[in-house]
Amino acid sequence: MKNRWIALYVENQVGVLAKVSGLFSGKSYNLQSLTVGTTEDETVSRMTICVTSDDVTFEQIKKQLNRMVEVIKVIDLTDMPIHMKEILFAKVRNCSVEDKAELFQIAQVFHVEVADIGTDSVLLECKLTERRNNELIDLLRSKYKNIEIVRGGAVAIESISTSCAGRSEYFRK
Amino acid sequence: MAMDIAGRKLFVKALLEEGVDTVFGYPGGMVTDLMDELYRHGEISLVLPRHEQGLIHEAEGYAKATGKVGVCIVTSGPGATNIITGLADAHYDNIPLVCVTGQVSLNMIGNDAFQEVDIVGMTRSVTKYGVTVRDRKDLGRILKMAFHIARTGKPGPVLIDLPKDIQTALGPGEYPETVAIRGYKPSEGVHVGQLKRGYKLLKAAKKPLFLIGGGVNIARANDKMEELMERTRVPVVTTVMGKGAVPTDHPYYVGNSGMHGRYAANMAVGECDVLFSIGTRFNDRITGDLNEFAPNAQIVHVDIDTASISRNVVVDVPIVADAGLAIEKLLEWAEPQETGAWLAQIRAWDEENPLEMRRDRGMTPQMILEQINREFPEGIVVTDVGQHQMWASQYIEMKKGKQFITSGGLGTMGFGFPAAIGAKIGCPDREVICISGDGGMQMNIQELATAMTQGVKVIVCIFNNHCLGMVRQMQQLFYGKRYAATCLRRRKSCPGDCKGPQEACPPYEPDFVKLAESYGASGVRVRTEEEIAPALEWAKGEAQTVFLEFMVATDELVLPMVKSGNPMTEMILK
Repeated sequence: MKNRWIALYVENQVGVLAKVSGLFSGKSYNLQSLTVGTTEDETVSRMTICVTSDDVTFEQIKKQLNRMVEVIKVIDLTDMPIHMKEILFAKVRNCSVEDKAELFQIAQVFHVEVADIGTDSVLLECKLTERRNNELIDLLRSKYKNIEIVRGGAVAIESISTSCAGRSEYFRK
Repeated sequence: MAMDIAGRKLFVKALLEEGVDTVFGYPGGMVTDLMDELYRHGEISLVLPRHEQGLIHEAEGYAKATGKVGVCIVTSGPGATNIITGLADAHYDNIPLVCVTGQVSLNMIGNDAFQEVDIVGMTRSVTKYGVTVRDRKDLGRILKMAFHIARTGKPGPVLIDLPKDIQTALGPGEYPETVAIRGYKPSEGVHVGQLKRGYKLLKAAKKPLFLIGGGVNIARANDKMEELMERTRVPVVTTVMGKGAVPTDHPYYVGNSGMHGRYAANMAVGECDVLFSIGTRFNDRITGDLNEFAPNAQIVHVDIDTASISRNVVVDVPIVADAGLAIEKLLEWAEPQETGAWLAQIRAWDEENPLEMRRDRGMTPQMILEQINREFPEGIVVTDVGQHQMWASQYIEMKKGKQFITSGGLGTMGFGFPAAIGAKIGCPDREVICISGDGGMQMNIQELATAMTQGVKVIVCIFNNHCLGMVRQMQQLFYGKRYAATCLRRRKSCPGDCKGPQEACPPYEPDFVKLAESYGASGVRVRTEEEIAPALEWAKGEAQTVFLEFMVATDELVLPMVKSGNPMTEMILK
């Protein structure tokens, strides 16, 4: 069992998201995240899907997606060099002055932006890999009591430069 | 510039261009426009059933018998939800249907309007494609797509949800001639290299075996399959859906394999060294325990659906292709193989445990089915679901020109009788024999009115054993003879732990003969072996639908049997 990534081109129509997500629930596939948005062609949407599965199930998932009339193309990103990012907002409340200073340091180390600030709260805006976002959340949880997290699921695109190929693990981490 | 026309007019135009001559329709508020248009037009025959579930099974039977697309029209809400079972059935057994459900007007959708349901949402997992028409200008394209998707590739049901205001709105009058769907590319060719690899394996085998599924029947490749079997001298076993792919009396045909398969067929699958399967998805009823399935064999798998390949059984040579095209290609290479010893081994297994029921007391299903074979060498046999279905799949003989229609994947009780009516509507010149049980017969019994009003003749053979026999059989063998909810004579006054039929049992209801008569049909009850032939003779001579109620012993079992999840070679034989 491991995490695998799929980019899915689908018709930008009513019900397609329900059909795709329904496949995962109906056939007991383990869906980790699914994001969707329109592409450069507004009649086409692109989904980035992360599933946890064994090899056989993953093959079956790709085939099942492929046979849907509304699915235009299935791309297996699992072993491809890709760029992948997830947007995440983290709001930390009840901060002391020291807390705020520390949050600025954390932001610097994690390469995230301080998007907003109040008398006793800080809002971090993060565009990191999912794994790095998880690490940030773990850190915030260990240090602060009152945090609020919203995250969007990862989006991914194939790399351009060959130099990325050997470092794909870095990009997907 | 061409004149704009109402959606309802384009709808009828589309049906005509698609060659539709028969439509199964049940009226309701949201399809009255469509019905009115068909009525005024008058060229397309409109069949009015008595229930929407019966309606869709009739369309399935029609489609199976004719090879054409079955067309259904039902209204919104309950009309639509009533066809869901049939959609699932058609989805499983790959029957081409175009089902149009009425829908409330676009501006009412989502308001919980009267008879509004999200039928596209409800049926997403049991249709090949489903869509709500949201713009009148898309109607022609969507109708064209629907027929194309239903009948190409692996056939299946397509649902079009048609809001009332789209039916009346004016829009383009053209029905498109071509269809372009960028996400839908059904398999059209055969990968020759891969098929050659498969054939090489077959040719080198000492104990080769064909496992043939419903795909060969759907592709109507029966003659070619027979030729391939004869040319290669490789024995054939079939699934229930594959029955009739080759004539059952052919010396190379072994029988059905699977849960209630023939002993020799299951043994052959267990012993073969190359299993060349065409058009089957290795359902659990065929494989049993997956680890013990064809343990000595290299497996070649031809199927039109990539998702069916290496899902349940990991195969050595996967081939995505239409069964008919693959067989045609194989015929170009096919050469005789030395299979004499292997065939002799299979024959020895069959002699060891032949397919046979006791003959020592009373009338058995085997006697009835053998007489049906004698009386009706051709024609269409349609079954319902249960013990009678398995007996029919074991004992009905299939020759050229004969057809076997059954609900294989979903196992839908209530399928048989309406499907038989639909088959007869599609093929009025062929004799249609419906084999049903007393349980399944009571699901969709109302369709007798459809048969009578349509003037179609179906010979309905009801195997009445006073119980839901398939489940009772499991209770008898695996549940300590606790017959929970399977006795159809049981009343509140019966003892709690009844172990079977006794003298004092309450009478059976309904009286099927009287029931037939109440619809203006006729029927006879058959109790002994001697009465079977005269009853069938009589039925043959009748002009309209008849019921033959065969009184079968309650404790009659379907044998052999493999317990669900066990290896297929571990058969209960007695």
